[in-house]
Order: sequence, then structure tokens, then C-alpha cells
Amino acid sequence: MNWSALTVFVILFVLVTVLGFVAARWRAADLNHLNEWGLGGRRFGTLVTWFLLGGDLYTAYTFVAVPALVFGAGAIGFFAVPYTLMLYPFVYVVYPRLWSVARKHGYVTASDFVRGRYGSPLLALLVAVTGILATMPYIALQLVGIQVVIAAMGFTGEGWVGDVPLIVAFAILAAYTYTSGLRAPALIAVVKDLLIYITVIAAITVIPAALGGYGHIFAGIASDKLLLAPPTADSTGAYSAYATLALGSVLALFLYPHCVTALLASESRSVIKRNMALLPAYSLALALLAFLGYVAVAARVHSDPAYAGYFAKYGNNFAVPALMLKYFPSWFVGVAFAAIAIGALVPAAIMSIAAANLYTRNIYKEYLKPDASHADEARVAKLVSLVVKVGALAFILFVPTQYAINLQLLGGVWIIQTLPTVVIGLYTRWLHRWALALGWLVGMGLGTWMAVSQQFKPAYPLHLGGFTVPGYTAFYALLVNLMVAVVLSLLLRALNSDAGSDQTSPADYEHDPA
Amino acid sequence: MAEPKPGRVKRTVWYVILFVPFFTAIWVPLYNRVEPSLWGIPFFYWFQFVLIVIAAAVTGLAYKAKI
Repeated sequence: MNWSALTVFVILFVLVTVLGFVAARWRAADLNHLNEWGLGGRRFGTLVTWFLLGGDLYTAYTFVAVPALVFGAGAIGFFAVPYTLMLYPFVYVVYPRLWSVARKHGYVTASDFVRGRYGSPLLALLVAVTGILATMPYIALQLVGIQVVIAAMGFTGEGWVGDVPLIVAFAILAAYTYTSGLRAPALIAVVKDLLIYITVIAAITVIPAALGGYGHIFAGIASDKLLLAPPTADSTGAYSAYATLALGSVLALFLYPHCVTALLASESRSVIKRNMALLPAYSLALALLAFLGYVAVAARVHSDPAYAGYFAKYGNNFAVPALMLKYFPSWFVGVAFAAIAIGALVPAAIMSIAAANLYTRNIYKEYLKPDASHADEARVAKLVSLVVKVGALAFILFVPTQYAINLQLLGGVWIIQTLPTVVIGLYTRWLHRWALALGWLVGMGLGTWMAVSQQFKPAYPLHLGGFTVPGYTAFYALLVNLMVAVVLSLLLRALNSDAGSDQTSPADYEHDPA
Repeated sequence: MAEPKPGRVKRTVWYVILFVPFFTAIWVPLYNRVEPSLWGIPFFYWFQFVLIVIAAAVTGLAYKAKI
């Protein structure tokens, strides 16, 4: 057992637990109202939104998995960098429209918007169910991050005893999310980010120096991993996979319920826009972390017998924790591991709140109790946030980790299928509601089939004649979804099919009360 | 036919500028190379690093221009 690391870890964990409960009194309001519990009263300013979105987008799993991918696969793992830099201009242009229309009509979820825009409870239900399905494995993956660091500190108990720390951590998380709602992760995100930045700066300065500097580290990387595989006579090589992975991830990200929740919680359009210029600070941290994958290669952590057992159990996800164990003093390992664990709690909290909001607004209120009061909504959402977390915990405890990773990949394939309905819907109602529903169905089915046929590898080798274009499965499935939606819309319009009523007006999308 | 909103041209120009780093990042052949390397770091890596800074700066300027 690594006692000094464990002591620092526990102290930091207790600190954020206290913060989580204190958050209920921060900007005090009636938490028995979904707008307050689930969206923090829509009053978060630039700084809080920066921490909240940062905590949301750059999860512990990101910080472990991105270097792990670079460590194992090389340059292709770096796609996370173009992804994050392309993300911000896209969100800057598109998503203030969602904020405005949601503020104007009191929408809490993207499905609320879909219901109002297309007058179609069915389409809203499809979007809500997709959101919940895509979020669940994402929460489970956050737990993997916590599991890895707990094991790395020496908790290697057999059977259920080994799982006790994870269960305790999650029970505490569930309790303060229940009482404080979105205020809890917003406040804890501040601590999380401070810890993450301290850890990243320490890691990228101290460790490479010990290994002879970056030049030396890059010189030791195998040439086939250093760059992407170039196109050949019958294939686009890794180029198309790299570009579509980045582009598809950009298009998908803000369709995830936890991102919509953080977005709608901000107090104004300009808060969102300002954040799109400020959030790239995290991209820099992520790019530096990606380098750690190569640092881990140079440090030969993989062949160190001290970590062999962990690599056998957690795979390349152990690369970063191993680096920290090897090069940091014990107490600082505690800080770094707390950063990873707390970095998992923040998004897990926001995700469970977002899933709860969807269930409450678009299933409970829509189908089960249409006359639900605000207090009913808040009560149901709190309970569902617990159910979602218990479900994710059970999944991690009883199902092999690889299933969660596979399902999270599928989650990306699924959530992007709501893009035609949500993002295009922010601009035009030209796509017919039934065409959108069928496009969604085709995209979901085809995307799932493609992912399964490739054993859940993210890229699908599309064969065009004798030519192969490997690309992100989610992106290909989206293209087919869009084609179906366009063709059927033409048809349904020709048939004068009822397009439903629109609750919104063009001015609503520019609505800016500030 | 509605009058075009004032500033529409300005907005379009800014949208184009905003998406320059975006499409640069998609055009992989442009930067999938080792040379010119910087302090031993291959072009592929430091170029994308610099592109983050450019994308952030452009977004910040768009905000300043009230787009």
C-alpha cells in the first residue's frame, strides 16, 4: 500500500465531498424545481461555465485514454487534437441558437426543443432515448478511471473487497448529486481543474527532462507510428480515418446530453461564445497529455516488471498511472491520482443529471404524468440520477471493462444520428419529421452493424470499387442517415404529408435577453 | 423578400475566417510530415499544437468583432 499517496488522495477526496454538499447553498434557490436542480438556475457566468464545460469535455477517461492510444497506436491517437481545435468554431457558430430557443421557451433538454420544433413527441422520444443510451456507458467508463488509480495505490483486494473503495466513492458522489444537483459538479470542477493543470504541468516538465528531453523521446519512436500511414494505390491509408474521426467527434460531442446541460446552464449567449475562445486552454493540456503516450514509450513502463500485473489487467490505460508512479514522489502521486479520480466524478455527476433531465422531461412528463408539478419533476429527476449511477456501477462491477469501452464507442455512433434532427433543426424545418425518424432508424441500425462487424474498432473500411476509404463509423452512418432523411423529405413533401406544428419563430434563435 | 440584416456580409466573412483552422485541420496531407521539425519534435505534432493557438485566437477575435 502506498500510504503517503493514499493520505493525500483521501484528503483531497474529502475536500471535494464537503464542497459537493456545500454547493446546495451556493446561490441558494429552490432545489425542488428542475430548472434549479438540473440546470443550476441557468445562471452560470463565464468562469463557472468554463470549469463546468472543461470538466464535462475533458474527463478522466480522456486524460487516461488519449495518451494510452498514442502509447499503443502512435500518430492516429493524436486525432483528439484536431478534434478539440475544430470543436470550438463549430460550437461558436451553431449552439448559441440552441441556447436562445431553449431560454425563450424554457426547454431543459434537446428533446424538449425537438418536441417544440417538429410538434412530434415520437421524434423527441427517439432523441431522448438515444441520449440516455449513449450516456450510460460513458458514465461507466468514468468509473474505469477511478478503478485504475485505486488499484495503482495498492488496493488489490480479491473479490468484492477490492471493489469497496469504488462503491464508497460512488455512493458519496450519488449523495451530493442528489442534494445539490448541477451546482455540485460546477463547484467541484474548479478543484478538479486546478489539480489537473498542476499534474499536467508537472508531468510534461519533470518526466521528459528525466528522459533526455522531447527530441530524444521522439527520436525513439518507431517510424511507422510517428506519422500516419500515407495513401497507397488502393487505399486512402490512415488520412481519411484521422480526418473523419476528428470531424465526426466534433459533430457528435454537443449532441451528448451532458454537454447540452452545461451549455443551457450558462447565463447568456456571450458566455457560450466567450468560452469557445477560452476552452482551447484545455486543448493545449490535452495535446501535452497526448505526448505523455510517447513519454511512456520512452520510459519503457511496459516492460517494467513492477507494472506488469497492472498492464495485464488494465491494458494501455495503465501507461499514464505507471509514468506517475515511476517518476513522481509518493505524495504527488496522491495529487495526480486524485486529479484523475475527481476528474471522473465531475462528468459522471453531470451525465447522470443530464440523463435524469431527459427521462423526467421527455418520458415521465410526456407519457407517464403529463400534469406533473415542478416538485414532481425535481423529485423524479433526483431519483433517476441515483438509478443511472447504480446502473453504471453495477455494469462496471459485473461486466468486463471491454464491454463498457465497446458500448461507449457505440454511444458515439448513436448520438451522432440525432444531428439532422437537432442541429439542422436549429436552422430549418425542411427535413420532414417522419423522414428524420426513419433516417435515425437507418443510421442507428447501420452504424451498429458496421461497428460490430469491425469488432468495435472505430474505423470502418469502406470499399468503393477496388478502393478502400477507412473512416469513422459514426460519420459514415450519419451520411446514410442524412441521405435517407433528404430523399424521404422530398417524397413526403410531394405527398403533402403533415409536417406538424412549429412552436418557435425565427427570432427565437437569436433571442438574447442580456 | 426581407431586407438583408445589417452586418450580414461581415458575418459571412467572419464565418469563413473561423473555419480556416477547421479545414486546415481536416486536410491531413498538409501536415503529415516530419520536417521541418522543431526542437526534435516532428512537424505533424508541433503544427497541430500551433493550430490550436490559431483557432483559439480566431475565435476570440470573432467574439471581439461581436459575430
